[in-house]
Amino acid sequence: MAEIVSLGEGVAELVRDGNSVALEGFTHLIPFAAGHELLRQGRSELELIRMTPDLLYDQLIGMGVARRLVFSYGGNPGVGSLHRFRDAIEHGWPRAIELDEHSHAGMANRYAAGAADMPFAVMRGYRGTDLAAHAHLAPITCPFTGETLVAVPALRPDVAIVHAQEADRQGNVQLWGIPGVQKEAILASQRSLVTVERIVKELEPRPGGIVIPHWVIDAVAEAPGGSLPSYSLGITERDNEFYRFWDEVSRDRQAFTAWMQEHVLGEVAAR
Amino acid sequence: MSTVSAPSSAEVQTVVAARRLRDVRTVFIGVGRPSTAAILARMVHNPELVLVYESGTIGAKPFHIPLSIGDGELAQTADAVVSVPEMFNYWISPGRIDVAFLGAAQVDRFANLNSTVIGDYEHPRTRLPGAGGAPEIAASCGEVVVVAPHSKRTFVAKLDFLTTVGHGDGPGARELLGFRGRGPTAVITDLGVLEPDPETCELRLTTVHEGVEPDQVREATGWELALAPEIAITPPPSDDELAALRELVSR
Repeated sequence: MAEIVSLGEGVAELVRDGNSVALEGFTHLIPFAAGHELLRQGRSELELIRMTPDLLYDQLIGMGVARRLVFSYGGNPGVGSLHRFRDAIEHGWPRAIELDEHSHAGMANRYAAGAADMPFAVMRGYRGTDLAAHAHLAPITCPFTGETLVAVPALRPDVAIVHAQEADRQGNVQLWGIPGVQKEAILASQRSLVTVERIVKELEPRPGGIVIPHWVIDAVAEAPGGSLPSYSLGITERDNEFYRFWDEVSRDRQAFTAWMQEHVLGEVAAR
Repeated sequence: MSTVSAPSSAEVQTVVAARRLRDVRTVFIGVGRPSTAAILARMVHNPELVLVYESGTIGAKPFHIPLSIGDGELAQTADAVVSVPEMFNYWISPGRIDVAFLGAAQVDRFANLNSTVIGDYEHPRTRLPGAGGAPEIAASCGEVVVVAPHSKRTFVAKLDFLTTVGHGDGPGARELLGFRGRGPTAVITDLGVLEPDPETCELRLTTVHEGVEPDQVREATGWELALAPEIAITPPPSDDELAALRELVSR
């Protein structure tokens, strides 16, 4: 049963130090505001799960809150490297992180298995690659045809955090545009927090809209602009300039830290 | 007499990639040059071409070149927008997409690709973004066209990490792995086009772009690059192709 809370309350109630946390949103609807709130509340030792770490996890990794990263593509889309992600893996700065690396198909299937409460998902994938030796997976024989397939373990995060365009006052959520794996992430997780652009009296059905009923969500918090510099289709636009800017500011450890202090942690004092 | 200024090597590469999509129904693309090429193909060769991005947008008709595979314009112009599990399980894995454009940091002689690490996996010299959708896309799409810059850094004798199987270790490798798609049919670079030898599956130089010598391509390749018996020269970009490309980039 979703409770309508403030973002601060939602994070405080649902996310604990050491948790595995999936902040999902495939390029679209990335929950930046909630991720920043994790930093402001000083969460630590997190296992961060996300198909595309993107700038948000670059920031969290650079601030040292991740002990482990579960992912499938760690780049700045269309721009280049995630410099904090690279620095952590290449030089252990600010700390070394453990990796659980998959392909997109593998991650998507792991979420889907978690959502279905199955122990694993079956797929054709990873075959012939070096990734197969590093990723957590196992061969499995089809009992009907004898074909050898690949099993990937279900993802069951402690907490899922996603962003959506709207919720109503009961906490029913609607998102539209690129749906990513948000629904799967919520259903696979023990607890969930959804941040929304706005809370409305009644949800108005949208073409391609995905409605997630309030009774599978723990908390809904209003966070207007909460997915920027990614975007919420129809409400905010992707800040492509910021993605390019991040390439510069994140290259340097000191410039990165100063930027985070001023623009993310500094908001503590401002509130 | 042409009124359009001479094309850059990057423009030639994009135009050549776009021409591969003339008679294709569906193409799977990431961002960067492949995306530009596919949009160009819709403009000049194949207005019905269906663009599929891994963000879940099927039949996107972007007016601008998107920065990310999930830009809003892709979702707003798409025929269908699907979740990531659906994209991989219902569309890619069953082999519904004709051609996939892929890039990579390293390409070997069998068009296997590395986009994971340079150096050792545990202690990489350079950590690259990782697999994304590439391994399953390359296994299942009808064919793969690799688009990469031509240098010894990229075209290497041995990959540091095998992220995506092209032709594995040669003839029969894909069949043994049970892949549906035919695998890489071309590698389009800024110097020319490499295509797998039908007998050995090894990449050989089949086409050079105008003004490029085969020896120049061999020197930019990290293995002893085989040459096709006859090497074609890329027909230069037409005024129409070049004007459309430049107009697209300027939007």
